[in-house]
Amino acid sequence: MYRWIQQFGSPKYFYDISLVVSKWIGVICLICFIAGLYGGLVIAPPDYQQGDSYRIIYIHVPASWMSLFVYMILAISGAITLIWRIKIADFVARSSAIIGASFTFLALATGAIWGKPMWGTYWVWDARLTSELILLFLYLGYIALQSSFEDRRVGARAGAILALIGVINIPIIHYSVEWWSTLHQGPTISKLDAPSIHYSMLIPLLLMAIAYKTFYIYTLLINIRSEIIESEYNATWVKKMIGD
Amino acid sequence: MLFENFFSMGGYGIYVWSAYAITFIVLILNLFFTIKREKKILRNYKKK
Repeated sequence: MYRWIQQFGSPKYFYDISLVVSKWIGVICLICFIAGLYGGLVIAPPDYQQGDSYRIIYIHVPASWMSLFVYMILAISGAITLIWRIKIADFVARSSAIIGASFTFLALATGAIWGKPMWGTYWVWDARLTSELILLFLYLGYIALQSSFEDRRVGARAGAILALIGVINIPIIHYSVEWWSTLHQGPTISKLDAPSIHYSMLIPLLLMAIAYKTFYIYTLLINIRSEIIESEYNATWVKKMIGD
Repeated sequence: MLFENFFSMGGYGIYVWSAYAITFIVLILNLFFTIKREKKILRNYKKK
């Protein structure tokens, strides 16, 4: 396991693989976006209660899922940075922060826009919305903290500690709709039950979820490549590969 | 007729389309700056 991490953590190895992988990920992402949008906006029927306004679900739910998923990646790579000091782990964390904050912002913004016609208000200070807003501040805090140190390694470690402390917020967001009474509806898709949503609505949602996830991986791989070249500026393999 | 329905979204058009527009803008900006950064770094490297 450790050997595998070491090999995967080797910048040259990672760079070579990511060049191939990112192309395919980009293609999958584009296909899923087009198919998911077509399915969600054109094919899927209107909801019997919410009419066509429910179509915001196709961008709201994937953004919310990704806001949590990317934060877990941020925290895990932070832990790896602290324990093993593997460079790639820090690159992953750095490259995840802005896109993670973007997903969180989108979850909040699309949720607010959806809330206006359905709840009659853009915002309520309930547990789900407030904890998601705290998540946005955690991302912004991470970005500010890790870039505020002159020594990159110190910044990486400080950011990792903040990210790990913030993990406590993740189960709070997840269970907030069960623990507290809220305007926010419960989960549409749960691992244990059959989904409470018809297949014509479910399939576009899953396609959009794949599209968001591959979008994240696509930008992540490109950003990590940029980080690698910046940090391995004088390495011979970089010279050979990019060429004169 | 079909197109009219598509744009009005049963009266929710302003909400649905503004949510999609914000999403589109934020994602495109992420993609744009990511690719721009990689290109800039590669260009600077070759210049060196």
